[in-house]
Amino acid sequence: MSEVTATATRDASRTMAAGLLAWVFPGLGHVFLGRRGKGLVLMGSILALFVLGVLMDSRLQLHLGLEDPLALLFSAAQMGIGAPYVIARLLGYEAGLVTSPTYEYGNTFTAVAGLLNILVLLDALDTARGVRGK
Amino acid sequence: MRSHLLNLLLFAGLVSTVFATLLRDTTRERLRFGLMAFAAFVLSTLVIGWLTNPFPR
Repeated sequence: MSEVTATATRDASRTMAAGLLAWVFPGLGHVFLGRRGKGLVLMGSILALFVLGVLMDSRLQLHLGLEDPLALLFSAAQMGIGAPYVIARLLGYEAGLVTSPTYEYGNTFTAVAGLLNILVLLDALDTARGVRGK
Repeated sequence: MRSHLLNLLLFAGLVSTVFATLLRDTTRERLRFGLMAFAAFVLSTLVIGWLTNPFPR
């Protein structure tokens, strides 16, 4: 294998690892790439948003069918945060509390946390490919 | 946390922090962008809330 090919393979692996880590846990992709400060700020902000949402009685139910497309999109948005979604479900927070005054706030917080993590994932991929500098 | 205003401030602060961190590169630019985004979130919510006040349903 030539040195150019080996470098390209190593870069592709690094990009894939950064993308995977960024999805699994918010900010971890940036920490992996050496952007520790940026990664920790993103991790703290997105996790705070998600945890506050869960504490506000958000539902985390999984919708995969097409009979309710909006519920599917909502569920996909929440899953964008990766491991914290799975952990919250395993801890028994999946049902939420529809009668809670903060239920809708909670849903918004958790869905936005997942969507923001998708942006963070894309930024980590760009950083790994050298498209973004800092 | 049943305070609408506190929820708004928390949401605006955290989302502004993420946007500023992602979209700007220096600390000074991030601070400026974050504060602008935060102010935009809060002010636009208050203005829309005020405008929709006569239409509760």
